Amino acid sequence: NVVPTAVKINLINMLSETGLQVIEATSFVSPKWVPQMADHTEVMQGINKLPGVSYPVLTPNLKGFQAAVAAGAKEVSIFGAASELFTKKNINCSIAESLERFGEVMTAARAASIPVRGYVSCVLGCPYEGKISAAKVAEVSKKMYSMGCYEISLGDTIGIGTPGSMKEMLTAVMKEVPVGALAVHCHDTYGQALANILVALQMGVSVVDASVAGLGGCPYAQGASGNVATEDVVYMLNGLGVHTGVDLQKLVDVGTFICNALNRRTNSKVSQASCRL
Amino acid sequence: QESQASGLPEYVKIVEVGPRDGLQNEKVIVPTDIKIELINRLSRTGLPAIEVTSFVSSKWVPQMADHNEVMRGIERHPGVQYPVLTPNLQGFHSAIAAGATEVSVFGAASESFSRMNINCSIEESIEKFEEVAKSARNMNIPVRGYVSCALGCPYEGNIVPAKVAEVSKRLYSMGCYEISLGDTIGVGTPGSMKRMLEAVMKEIPLSALAVHCHDTYGQALANILTAVQMGVAVVDSSVAGLGGCPYAKGATGNVATEDVVYMLNGLGINTGVNLYTVMEAGNFIC
Repeated sequence: NVVPTAVKINLINMLSETGLQVIEATSFVSPKWVPQMADHTEVMQGINKLPGVSYPVLTPNLKGFQAAVAAGAKEVSIFGAASELFTKKNINCSIAESLERFGEVMTAARAASIPVRGYVSCVLGCPYEGKISAAKVAEVSKKMYSMGCYEISLGDTIGIGTPGSMKEMLTAVMKEVPVGALAVHCHDTYGQALANILVALQMGVSVVDASVAGLGGCPYAQGASGNVATEDVVYMLNGLGVHTGVDLQKLVDVGTFICNALNRRTNSKVSQASCRL
Repeated sequence: QESQASGLPEYVKIVEVGPRDGLQNEKVIVPTDIKIELINRLSRTGLPAIEVTSFVSSKWVPQMADHNEVMRGIERHPGVQYPVLTPNLQGFHSAIAAGATEVSVFGAASESFSRMNINCSIEESIEKFEEVAKSARNMNIPVRGYVSCALGCPYEGNIVPAKVAEVSKRLYSMGCYEISLGDTIGVGTPGSMKRMLEAVMKEIPLSALAVHCHDTYGQALANILTAVQMGVAVVDSSVAGLGGCPYAKGATGNVATEDVVYMLNGLGINTGVNLYTVMEAGNFIC
């Protein structure tokens, strides 16, 4: 269901008050492909931008980048993949071609002093190719980092990874990209996300992507969950004594808000437990 | 080889608690024949241990009222253990009479929890268990000891690792061959799991330790991973994640066996369990 612009803006504003330092606001992609993000300009222009908080947006190509900057974006993201088949199915070109497109965005971003974050999808498995070699992930990550991405977010797109494959993949990537520039983006489709994040942390990764209330199912596995819930990640990090700056209770409240607005149940276990204890 | 190189155990024993801990915390009273069918299906998955039922008064736990019929009705597969809960000597004798060949006793690291749950102090409960352990020893029946609230208590909140170590040691000393450390309300995290295990490992050999993690806060797999990284090689779980949390309405409880096996498979750790047949058993009971 397409979420009203006002609700999106409310959600982002509420998230801004939780202590989160980075909130991915929207995607400057054609509404033909992603109707949910059709209001990207209104959202970008409508949100409160708190000092000290970044509001990166997705920009799949130069056109999207220019629209994003015109709408006030100060940080952008580009999405690569470690799988040829996934790239073909997702954006209808090869990995090499996608990197060329991103090259254009990088040039423009550098000229405008806009930081660029690079995502690599399918790092622990692909819905089409199955197993993905750690070497391939390292290769694509290195290319994106060399292009000028300040951070590379490694995505377990279908949540199929386990601490074993996470460790193997990170070991390979860390040979090419400094650990300080690495992030993990784990999906919880097989319940492995927190264990995978833990392993990444143990290996020195200190940037973790997560989604409030675990919003976002998996488009490749009907009925399955997708993103890991920010609440559950923060709960674990708090328990480990790792500082995040995030107020868990406020975050739980934001999750409650958006789930009510979407008329759906939360995917966060912490939120489910917190209601009654 | 992969698991060994990383310091992880080569093999992890999974203790399936769905038919007991799982069903006990489900609202619907499950007919006896369904319980038996579930256990029979689980017996074919490669699981080495399946907690069958509880010899407790049906007044307290109506779900387990059919303990005799279940114990007598299930298939007993060679190489599979079928432990049952025996809270006291009376329960123990009934269990033996019904054919049980392994029993479990349930202690707690929290005085308040012990009082609220079984209406006596930790010390008094230990005395009762000692009676069971003594009879069991005489009959060569192995006894497994559980310690509840190992990472937190619904009444007392924080639980000190030293207390968990103390209770574990009491249970081990009375002859329990294994101590299952339970995060009863799932509040633990890898941080508290590590501290608690470090304390307990000073008193109990690693090979005698198991973890029983609840997924109420989504932390179970991360906590289990931490335990396994520290060398723990026995993990309790419940098919389909059966069993909610009686202390947090609407919250989840037991960690799902399927998800644990998936993770251990990915780590190259052997469990002997066929993930697909467990999933089928899970579909059946759901």
